[in-house]
Amino acid sequence: MAGSMTFAQWGNDLYTGRRSYPIIAQRKIWFSIVAVLGLASIVILVVKPLVLGIDFRGGTEFTVNEVSSTEQSLAIDAVHEVLPEDEPRVAVVGGSAVRVQTEIVEDAEAAAITEALAQAYEVDTADVDQSFVGPTWGEAVSERALWGVVVFVLLAAAFMAVYFRAWRMSVAGILAMLSDLLISAGVYALVGWEVTPSTIIGFLTILGFSLYDKMVVFDKVRENTTGVLDQSRNTYAERANLAVNQTLVRSINTSVVALLPVAGILFLGALWLGAGTLRDLSLSLFVGIAVGAASSIFLATPLDVALREREPKYREHTERVLAERRALAAGGGQEAELAAAAAGRSQLIPGHHQGNAAQPRRKR
Amino acid sequence: MANSSTQRSRPVRTLVVFAILSMVVPFAALLAGVYLEPKTDENPGGASLAPGLALDLQGGTQIILTPVSTDGSEITDESINESINVIRQRIDSSGVAEAEIANQGGENIVVGIPGEVDQATIDLVSQPAQMRFRPVLTYEMGLPAEEAPADESAEEGSEEEATEDSGDVDARIAEEAAEVEPTDPSDLAQITPAVQEKFDALDCTDPNNLVGGGGDDPDLVLVTCANDGSMLKYILGPMEVDGTHVTTASSGLVPGPNGSVTNEWGVFIEMDAEGTEQFRETTERLQGLEPPRNQFGIVLDGLVISAPSLDPGVIISDGRPQISGNFTRDSAATLANQLSFGSLPINYEVQSQETISATLGSEQLRNGLLAGLVGMALVVVYSLFQYRTLGLVTVGSLLVAGVITYLSIALLSWGMGYRLSLAGVAGLIVAIGFTADSFIVYFERIRDEVRDGRSMPMAVERGWRRAKRTVLAAKSVTLISAIVLYFLAVGGVQGFAFTLGLTTIIDIAVVFWFTHPMLQLLTKVPFFRDGHAWSGLSPERLRATGPRYVGAGKVSTPAPAGAPAADEPAPEPALAGARAGVAPTTDASGRRLTIAERRAAERRAAAGPGDGPPDDAPGSPRTDDAGSGENEENR
Repeated sequence: MAGSMTFAQWGNDLYTGRRSYPIIAQRKIWFSIVAVLGLASIVILVVKPLVLGIDFRGGTEFTVNEVSSTEQSLAIDAVHEVLPEDEPRVAVVGGSAVRVQTEIVEDAEAAAITEALAQAYEVDTADVDQSFVGPTWGEAVSERALWGVVVFVLLAAAFMAVYFRAWRMSVAGILAMLSDLLISAGVYALVGWEVTPSTIIGFLTILGFSLYDKMVVFDKVRENTTGVLDQSRNTYAERANLAVNQTLVRSINTSVVALLPVAGILFLGALWLGAGTLRDLSLSLFVGIAVGAASSIFLATPLDVALREREPKYREHTERVLAERRALAAGGGQEAELAAAAAGRSQLIPGHHQGNAAQPRRKR
Repeated sequence: MANSSTQRSRPVRTLVVFAILSMVVPFAALLAGVYLEPKTDENPGGASLAPGLALDLQGGTQIILTPVSTDGSEITDESINESINVIRQRIDSSGVAEAEIANQGGENIVVGIPGEVDQATIDLVSQPAQMRFRPVLTYEMGLPAEEAPADESAEEGSEEEATEDSGDVDARIAEEAAEVEPTDPSDLAQITPAVQEKFDALDCTDPNNLVGGGGDDPDLVLVTCANDGSMLKYILGPMEVDGTHVTTASSGLVPGPNGSVTNEWGVFIEMDAEGTEQFRETTERLQGLEPPRNQFGIVLDGLVISAPSLDPGVIISDGRPQISGNFTRDSAATLANQLSFGSLPINYEVQSQETISATLGSEQLRNGLLAGLVGMALVVVYSLFQYRTLGLVTVGSLLVAGVITYLSIALLSWGMGYRLSLAGVAGLIVAIGFTADSFIVYFERIRDEVRDGRSMPMAVERGWRRAKRTVLAAKSVTLISAIVLYFLAVGGVQGFAFTLGLTTIIDIAVVFWFTHPMLQLLTKVPFFRDGHAWSGLSPERLRATGPRYVGAGKVSTPAPAGAPAADEPAPEPALAGARAGVAPTTDASGRRLTIAERRAAERRAAAGPGDGPPDDAPGSPRTDDAGSGENEENR
C-alpha cells in the first residue's frame, strides 16, 4: 500500500489531508459504475430469477417407515444419486421413520428417489410414503417481513433526517442502501443458489449493516461540515471529501473484521468442509457487507454532495469559495496553501498568517 | 451505573460494577437456577448451562393436525393457509420459540415445535374457534353472589347445587325457550326464569367460567362472562351474524371526520355480502333500542370478547363496522386478531404427535462453527496487526461481549423459552463485525486526536466524546431495525430481530462500561501513556511528518521517527494537489520549507529557463489533487 509507507502513516496522511483521493470529485465515475452494476443486476434478475427453495414453494416429502438405521447421511446420499444439486432436509420422526424433504420433483424422479431410499435403508418400497409438503414460509410470513422492512426503512430515513438535520443525507443513505440490496440480490441470482429463509435473514442483515455503515461515514461528514457555510476556506464537497478520506481506514478495518468470520464460513465451511446449510447465508452476507461498506464511501457520500449542491445555500457558498480562491491565486497565493484548502485539509500549514477571520471567535 | 462525572474519575469502579452487574450476578443466577431448577426431561422449562436450541438444531415435536369443517363447507387451500396463520399466531404469542408450520398434501397441517411439548401447548394449537354476533339483552357485574353472606355453609351448598344442576338448568332453558316465541332476537321475553337463575349464579371472578370452549347453541340465549377483564356477565340473544361472514379484521388509528387521523385506536371489520345484509338488518333494529339492548355481543368460543353499542340512528349497511373507544394499540390489535381467528369455521383434529430429530446434520453444523472460529482467529490476528497491543483491548471487549451474550441467551432460554436456531448462530457470528466496529470507530477517533498532537489522556477523553456520538447514532439505526422487525415480522425473522437487538444492546453496554474505562486505565500505564511503538498509539507513527504548529507560537519539527522520511519517494507527490515542477515546497527529507526558503527557491526557479508564475489559476481545484492513478488503493 502506497509504496513503503505503513498503513498507519497512510492513515495519518489521509487524516491531515496530506494525501487525498478525489472521491467526491470523481463521483460521476462511481455513479456510472453503480448504474452499470445495478442494471446488470436487474438484467440478471430478469434473465435468471432467484430460485426459491422449498420453504417458499413447498416440496416433496418422503417418509421411510420401519427403518432399522436412522443414519441421516444415507438419505442425503440416496437423494444425491437422483438430484445431485439438491440439499435435502432429513429428520428422524418418532424413532423408526426418516423424513426426507426435497424440492418439487417429477413423478419419474420421485419414483427413483423412492427406490434409492428404499435401497439405502433396506426396506420395501411400499414403506416409503410420498406426499407434497407446503411452504413453511408462506406468503403471510413474507408479507409481514416486507411490511417490517418498509416500516423500518421509513423510520430509519426519518431518524437520519432528524439526526443530521438534512433530508438529503437520509435520501442519499436510503438510495445507496437500496442499490446495495439490488446488487447483492444480483450476485446471489448469478451464483444461482436457492433462496432459503437464511438468505432472507442475510439480506435483512445487509440492510441493517448498510445503513449502519452509512450512519458512521455520514457522522464524520456531519462533523467536518458543521459550520461549513460560516467560512470560505473550503466548499462542502471538499470537507465531505476529507471526511471520506479520514474514515477510509475505519471503513477498511471494519469491513475486514466483519468479513473475516463470514468469509471463514463461506470459503472454509461451505466450499471446503461442505456445510451446505450455511452457504446461502454466508454468501448473501459476504457480498452485502463488501458492497455496503464500499457504497458508503463511493455512493452515499457523493450522492449526498450531489444533492447538497443543488441546494441554493450550498451552491452559492461553493461559488463564493471558488471565486475567492481564484482571486487569491491571481493575487499570487501560495499554491500549496490553495491545494491544501482544496483537499479540505484540517491542519493549517505553519508559516502563514491566516487573517483575522481565522482567529478564535467568541461562541455565539 | 455510575454517572459520567464519576466515570471519568473512577474507571476501576465502573469496570467492577459493570463486571458484577453484567457477568457475576447473571452467572450466579444461572448457577442457582441450574442447582435449584435443573432442566430435566420432566421439567423442560428448567435452567441449564447449555442454551435451548431450536427445531433445526435440536429437533422437537411434530404434530399433524387435520382441519375439520364444522359447518359442512369444504376445506379449501385458502382456509388451510388461514389456519396456518392462526396457528402461527397462537404459537408466536406463547413465546419466542421458532415453530415450523406447513401444509402437507393439501389436507394436513404439520406443526414442528422445538423441544418437548406439553398438553397445554397442543390444546392451544388445536383449539377450535367459533365466533358469533349476538344482541345483548342485559348485563351486570359478574361478582360472586352475595345474597347470603352470613351463611357461608349455605352458600357453599348452593354452589355445589348450582354445579350439579347446571346441566339441569341448561335443559330447562331449552325447554322454556321452546314455549316462548320471541318477536325478534332482542325480545326480553327470552329471559325465562331458568335463564335468570343461571345469570344470577354466574360468577365471572371464577377462572373456570372464563375458559370458554365452543358449543353454544346459536339458536338459544347465551349466559356468559366477558373475558376482557371487565368482570361483566351478559345475557345474549340468539345469533344474528355468524363470525364466518367476517372477511377481515384489522386495527389502526380511527380516521377523523375530514380524512385526518385521530389519536384513537379502533378495530375495523369487513364482512362478506351475506354478512353485510344480516348486519344491516340487525343494526337497523338495535340502534333504536334502549341501552343495553343497543349493544352487540361478539362471542368467541362462548365468551364475550367485546360488546360495542350502536349510537341511535346508526345503520351499518356497507358491511364495514368499526369499533372504537377506550382501546390501546395492543388491545385493538388483540381484538382484531380474535375477530380474524374466529371467522374460521374449522376444528383441528390431532392426527399424530411424534418426536422429530434436528433437520441439520450435526456434522455440518460443527463444520460451519469451526469455520466461523477460524474466521474469529483471523479477526484477532488482524486487530493485533492493526492496533498492536491496543488490539488486545478489542479482543478483550469481544470476549466480554461474548460472555454476556452467552449468559443472556442461557438466561432467556430458561426464563422465556428462547431457542437458538442456526440463523441465530449465524447472526451472532455476524455480530462480531458490528461489535468490533464500535471499538474501531473509537480507536480511530483516539488516533485522530493523537495525530492532532494531544496527549494520551486528552486524546482518550476527546476521542471518546466524538466516538460516543457516532456509535450511539449508528447503533440506534440497528436498534430501530431490530425493534420494528421484532414487532412486525413473524417466525424466523422475529427470532433474528431478537438476536440482533440483544447483541446491539450488549455491544453498547460493553463499549460504554468496559472498553472506555479500560482505555482510561491504560492511559495511566506508561507503556500506553508515552506511546510506546507497540502500543498502537505511538505519536511517532501517528503524526504527520514535517513541522506542525504546537501552540504558543511554536512550531515543532520532529525528526521523522523510524526514518520513513528518507523513504519518501519524491518531495512533492505526498502533498495533495501540489503541482509538480513549479516551486519545491519541501526539501529532500520531506520537511516543508519556510516562507523565506520558498521565496528563495522561487527566485531561483524564475531565474532559470522560463517556468511560468507559480500559479496557473486553479480553476477547478477539486479535480486537480492527488494522482487519480492511486484510486485502486482505496479498496
